[in-house]
Amino acid sequence: MGLATAYLSLIVLLPLAALVWHAGKAGRSGFWEAVSDPQAVSALKLTLAVSAVVCLVNAVMGTVVAWILVRDRFPGQGVVNAIIDLPFALPTIVAGLTLLALYGPNGPVGVNVAFSRTAVFLALLFVTLPFVIRTVQPVLLELDRDMEEAAASLGAGPLLTFRHIVFPNVFPAILSGVALAFARAIGEFGAVVLISGNLPFKTEVASVFIFGQIESGDAPGAAAVSVVILFISFAVLLAIGALRRLTTRHDRA
Amino acid sequence: MHRWVLRALGLSYLGVLLAAPVGLVFWRTFEHGVGPAWDAVTTPAAKHAFVVTITIAAIAVPANTIFGVICALAIVRRRFPGKGILNALVDLPLALSPVVVGLAFLLLYGRNGWFGSWLTEHGVQIVFALPGMILVTIFVSLPFVVREVVPVLHEIGTEQEQAAATLGASGFQTFRRVTLPAIRWAVGYGVVLTTARALGEFGAVSVVSGHVVGKTETMTLHVEESYQSFDYVGAYAASVVLALLAISTLLAMSLFKPKEEIR
Repeated sequence: MGLATAYLSLIVLLPLAALVWHAGKAGRSGFWEAVSDPQAVSALKLTLAVSAVVCLVNAVMGTVVAWILVRDRFPGQGVVNAIIDLPFALPTIVAGLTLLALYGPNGPVGVNVAFSRTAVFLALLFVTLPFVIRTVQPVLLELDRDMEEAAASLGAGPLLTFRHIVFPNVFPAILSGVALAFARAIGEFGAVVLISGNLPFKTEVASVFIFGQIESGDAPGAAAVSVVILFISFAVLLAIGALRRLTTRHDRA
Repeated sequence: MHRWVLRALGLSYLGVLLAAPVGLVFWRTFEHGVGPAWDAVTTPAAKHAFVVTITIAAIAVPANTIFGVICALAIVRRRFPGKGILNALVDLPLALSPVVVGLAFLLLYGRNGWFGSWLTEHGVQIVFALPGMILVTIFVSLPFVVREVVPVLHEIGTEQEQAAATLGASGFQTFRRVTLPAIRWAVGYGVVLTTARALGEFGAVSVVSGHVVGKTETMTLHVEESYQSFDYVGAYAASVVLALLAISTLLAMSLFKPKEEIR
């Protein structure tokens, strides 16, 4: 199976090796200088902070949407279920443009969030919408309703039943959906680039900062910040893997 | 009572965030009739961008389909040193920022990259040209076929393959007659996802394309370029073409998905 290894090395490993090598070329001090540049720090901070808030909203609203798709019955449910995946299929630049059309300067509702941090938040919320819904939905589908009925017959209200019966069961799924959404949010570029205005120290996210560094010819600086992003992504990926192993072992037991 | 509250909450969230913005772009595109929209997507620049996008997908998708199946077979059926690393490498493109991907290829094949001087000497241009755009597209759309095929391979096991082998079938015959029919829906689903990602990639392609209008401009880059130069009709119309492609992807996915679940 040397063919598979060779293909992956050539397409994935070699470019990433070049990236890490260029980031380290200037030595530890050069790397540190590039990463501690105030504009880079501000972009990284904004990216992590907004991504964290986006994940929180996703955890709550994703669970609500998954719940109404599984437990509720209403006309048009099939269509609603189908459009959930639209943010996955829609090119990110188109996602940004659609948000700008409605919530930008020429929007019909009189709400203009363009060039603000709210715009970054909205864009990240749009592209990460399906993750929690699609991880929670199958777990809710398989969840045995006997336990909930037992709780209800013992006098538990809907909130109490949810907190003690449903929530502990769907929590691992919410967590893994949130992790996927976080990994996606910290690297997002296309959806953010038009609507955020890319104002340094205000609305510039990490990937847009890296793009700017590349355009201005500072490839080593861009590579250094990229390596930071690369390590965060990799850590999230490992966490998701660990979580998945944990939950499947739990299933088998 | 709480049922209605949840329903209203969930549906208005989807409406405000998803349905309204996408609906508005369709409305804006066609508000002056089909004529202006049609003119906007048939300009030479728009048509060329369409051809570039299709060309990239036409190479990236078959490459990732063939190697995706090979990688999946390697991950499930073989034991070899470094398999864990191979497994992690397959997932990495899903979690990596497209801009970082573009930069990585720039630092490999660009002017100051590892192969830069060798490529210049031999007159080969990879970045700021079609080959670089194809390579980054292969990178970002690589995981989908592998990730769809791996669980199916696990599930079908090796009994039928072993039976075929004991009856004297060669390795390729076993693959064509036994393995391939079993994984074909998963491959189909993976191909749909790969195609959607290949057609829609923006960030990575933007970094390595050099933005040469009428040369290295894809559909997604054309949307951005039109918007930045205040050609809103052009940007919206091209977006609608891409959105329609996305919606057909969803339809194709629902076509492949149920059969996979029945399996």
